[in-house]
Amino acid sequence: MTNDIRFPTVSRRGLLAAAAGLGASALTPGLIGRAFAQAVDKPKRGGVLKLGIGGGSTTDILDPRMLTDWVPVNQAFMLMNGLVEIDQNNKAIPELFESWEAFPGAAEWVFNVRQGVVFHNGKTLTVEDVIYSINLHRGKTTSAARAIAEQITDVEKASDKQVRIKLKSGNADLPYILSDYHFLVVPDGFTDWVRPIGTGAFKFESYEPGVRSRFVRNENYWKPNCGNVDAVEVIVINDIAARTNALMSGQVHAINRVDFKTVDLLKRNRNLQVVQSAGGQHFTFLMDCTQGPFTDNNVRLAIKYAIDRKQMLQTALQGYGRLGNDHPIPQSNPFYNDTLPQRAFDPEKAKFYLKKAGLDSLKVELSASDAAFAGAVDAAAIFRTTAAKSGIDVVIKREASDGYWDNVWMKAPFSMGYWGGRPTADQMLSIAYASDSAQNDTHWKNEQFDKILREARAILDPAKRKEMYATLQQMISDEGGAMIPMFGDYLDAVSVKLKGVTPHPMFNLMGARMAERVWLEG
Amino acid sequence: MALLILKRLALGVFTLWLVSVLVFGGTQLLPGDVASAILGQNATPASLAALRQHLGLDQPALARYLSWLAGFSHGDLGMSLATRQPVADLLWPRFWNTMALAAYTAVVGVPLAIGLGILTAVRRGGMFDRAVNVAALAMVALPEYFLGLLLILIVSVQYGWLPSLADTYPGMGLGAWLQATTLPMLTLLLVTVAQIMRMTRTAVLSVMDQAYVETAYLKGLKTGRVVLRHAVPNAAAPIVNVVAFNIAYLITGVVLVEAVFNYNGLGRFMVDAVSKRDLPMVQAAAMVFGAAYVILNMTADVAAIALNPRLRYPR
Repeated sequence: MTNDIRFPTVSRRGLLAAAAGLGASALTPGLIGRAFAQAVDKPKRGGVLKLGIGGGSTTDILDPRMLTDWVPVNQAFMLMNGLVEIDQNNKAIPELFESWEAFPGAAEWVFNVRQGVVFHNGKTLTVEDVIYSINLHRGKTTSAARAIAEQITDVEKASDKQVRIKLKSGNADLPYILSDYHFLVVPDGFTDWVRPIGTGAFKFESYEPGVRSRFVRNENYWKPNCGNVDAVEVIVINDIAARTNALMSGQVHAINRVDFKTVDLLKRNRNLQVVQSAGGQHFTFLMDCTQGPFTDNNVRLAIKYAIDRKQMLQTALQGYGRLGNDHPIPQSNPFYNDTLPQRAFDPEKAKFYLKKAGLDSLKVELSASDAAFAGAVDAAAIFRTTAAKSGIDVVIKREASDGYWDNVWMKAPFSMGYWGGRPTADQMLSIAYASDSAQNDTHWKNEQFDKILREARAILDPAKRKEMYATLQQMISDEGGAMIPMFGDYLDAVSVKLKGVTPHPMFNLMGARMAERVWLEG
Repeated sequence: MALLILKRLALGVFTLWLVSVLVFGGTQLLPGDVASAILGQNATPASLAALRQHLGLDQPALARYLSWLAGFSHGDLGMSLATRQPVADLLWPRFWNTMALAAYTAVVGVPLAIGLGILTAVRRGGMFDRAVNVAALAMVALPEYFLGLLLILIVSVQYGWLPSLADTYPGMGLGAWLQATTLPMLTLLLVTVAQIMRMTRTAVLSVMDQAYVETAYLKGLKTGRVVLRHAVPNAAAPIVNVVAFNIAYLITGVVLVEAVFNYNGLGRFMVDAVSKRDLPMVQAAAMVFGAAYVILNMTADVAAIALNPRLRYPR
C-alpha cells in the first residue's frame, strides 16, 4: 500500500481503480461497493459496442500464430476462445478446458475439454480441434508462442473428452502457460485466417486490417452472461489524441492505452470513467553483466541506489504505477516477496558501492529510445539527474526507434526495455533471468538461481513455492543486472454508458476480453 | 502535341522506375526488417531465421528487387510479407478513400480558391483583399495537424456538430460519408485554398498591370468583362499549375491529416508498411504516390502548353 501513490484519489469521481489481484484489503471501501454494485447488475442485451483501440496495422492478421499487437489480440478474443482464461484476480480459470489434473511431478497433465461447445460453422468442439490448435505453435512453425510451447513434448487424445499433455520437465503452471493469447482454438485443419472461425462470443462479419472490424453476436455462445451486445465494432485508432477525441465526442465507448500525461484531464469529464489496472508491466534499465563496468555487482548496486524511484514514477508515469524493487514480480502475483524491503534512493550507499568497486566516480552511456516504452527518454533524463548526486555521470545516447529490439536491446552495455506482465512468476523469471533463455536481456547467469527455478516449477505445494520464489526475487534484486524502478498500470477510459467494466491484471481492456463481458445502458 | 505527350509519358515511366529503385534501396538501409518488426521482443535468433526463410528474405536484395519488378511490370503488386495477402486487395480500397477525400476537397476548394483569388486581385489593396490575405497567410503558416486538432476541439468536442473520427466503411451512404469526412476536408481546404488563392491573385495581378488590360478599360468595358474575358485566360497557366500541385499534395501529402482524423487512406497504409518493413506494400504505395505526381505534373504541363499559343506553335 505504501507504494500506491494514487490511492488517496481513488474516491474521486470518474476513477474506477483497483489493484486487481491484491485482494480486497487493498481496496478502499467506496470502491468495493461500486465494483460490487456493478457485479450484481444484470447484463442488458442489445446495442452496438464501439471500441477505439490503438496498436493495429494494415499488416495485421488474425492467425493465432502471428498475434503481436493489441488490436488483433482483442479481435481474436472476440472470435475465438482460449483454453484457459486468467480472471481479474490473476487466477487461471477454465475456458475451453473445463478442468484439469496434474500427475505427481507435474510433467504429465490431463485436461477435460468442454462439451457441447459449437463453432460458428456449426461444428461441435472436439479433442481433435484442441490438439490441432495447440500444435499450430509446436515444431517447425513461425508462431510467436513457439518458445513457450517448446516444453511440450506430447499432445495426445486421452479419450473423447480428454487431452493428455506431456512436458520435458515438470511445470505446475501449465494451465497459466496455456492461457497465453496465442493458444486460441479453431476447428481441426483450419487455415483460412482471413476469416477465422472460432467458438467466441462474436461471429465474423467484416474485417479490414488496421482499420476496422465488425463482428456480430454468436447466439449460441456458451459462456454465461457474456456476449451481451448485438455487434461489436473495432475502430483502429493509433494516434493517442485521435483516440481520446473519439471517446470525448462519443464516437466510441472505450479506448485503451490512455496517455499518462493527460489522464488527469480526462478524469474531469463527467461522461467518462478511467479504468486503472495494476499488473505485471514493468520498465527496465538493463545492465549487461558480461560487459564492463557492469561485470562488477558493486557497480550494479551503485546504479540501483542512485535512482530516485518515487520521482521517476511521479514524473514519467504521473504516479500511475507502483515502485519497483529490481525484480520483475508484481504485487498482484501470489508469489510476490512482501518481506523484501523497498530499495530507497540513497546516494551515500551508491558512493559506498562505487568505492567498493574501486571507483571514485563513474561515467556510463545509457542507450535510450521511446521504442523501449513510451516516456523512456524522459525516464533516462530523470535518472541522469538523480544519478549525478551519487557521482555517476550518465550520458544519454538516443537510439532510433526502428530496429531498437533488434540492434540495441541485449546488445548495448546499458539500455532500456520493458516487459509486459506474465501470468506466472515462473514464466517471467524463466524468460528474462534463466541463464539459457534467449531473452535473458541482462546476460546475468547464476547456477543456483537456475536450479531453484527449475525445482520450484515442478512443485505443486503453493507455500513451498512461495518461499522458493521469494529467494529468487531476492537474488535478482541483489545481484541481477536489471534496475527496475517502476511498474506501470494499464490505463483505459470508458464511457459511463458502458457497464460491467472491471480492472484486469493482464492487459488493457479487461485482459483483451472486454467485448464479450460488457453491456450498454441508456 | 501527341508526340510531346508520348515523350512525357516515357519520361514518367522512367521516373517511376527510379522511384522504385530509390525506395527499395532506402528500405534496405533502414535498421531492421519485416521479420524483426513482426517478432519485436520475441525476436530470438532461431525464430528470426525461421521467419526470414519463410518470407524469402534470405535471398539477395537484387534478386528480390528483380522478382518484384517482373511482377510489377505485369500489374502484379505481389503479396504482403507480413500477412501473405495480395497487396492489391489492401491497397485499392485505401487508394479510393484517398482519392475521394482529395476530390471532395478539390470540388469545394478549387472554385472557392480561384474565386477568392480573382476577387482579391480586383479589389487589390482594399479591406477585403487585406483580410483574406492575412487569413490565408495564417492558414499557410499553421501546421495542418494543429488546424485539424483545433477544428476537432471546437466543432466536435465543444459543440458536437461533426464527428472527430473520419470513420468510413464500404456501403455507407453519401450523407454519412460527407458527415464523416467534412472535418478533414475543411482542414485540407484551409491549407490548400490559401495557396491556390495567393497564386491566382498574383497571376491575375501581373496580367492586370499590362497595357492591353488598360486599353480594355479605356475602351469602356466593365470590370467583370475585363477580368474574366481578358485577364484570367492569360493568367490560367500558373493557376493550372498550382491547382495541379495542390491536388498532388491532397493525394500524397495527407499523412498527418489522416492520423489526426484516423482516416483510412493511403498515407496510413504507407506508414504501416514502412514501420513493418513490408517491402511489396511500401513499393506499391510509393508507385501510386509517384504516379499521382507524374500524371498531375504532366497534366499541368500539357495544359499550360495548350493554353499558351506561343508554346502550342513553337517556331
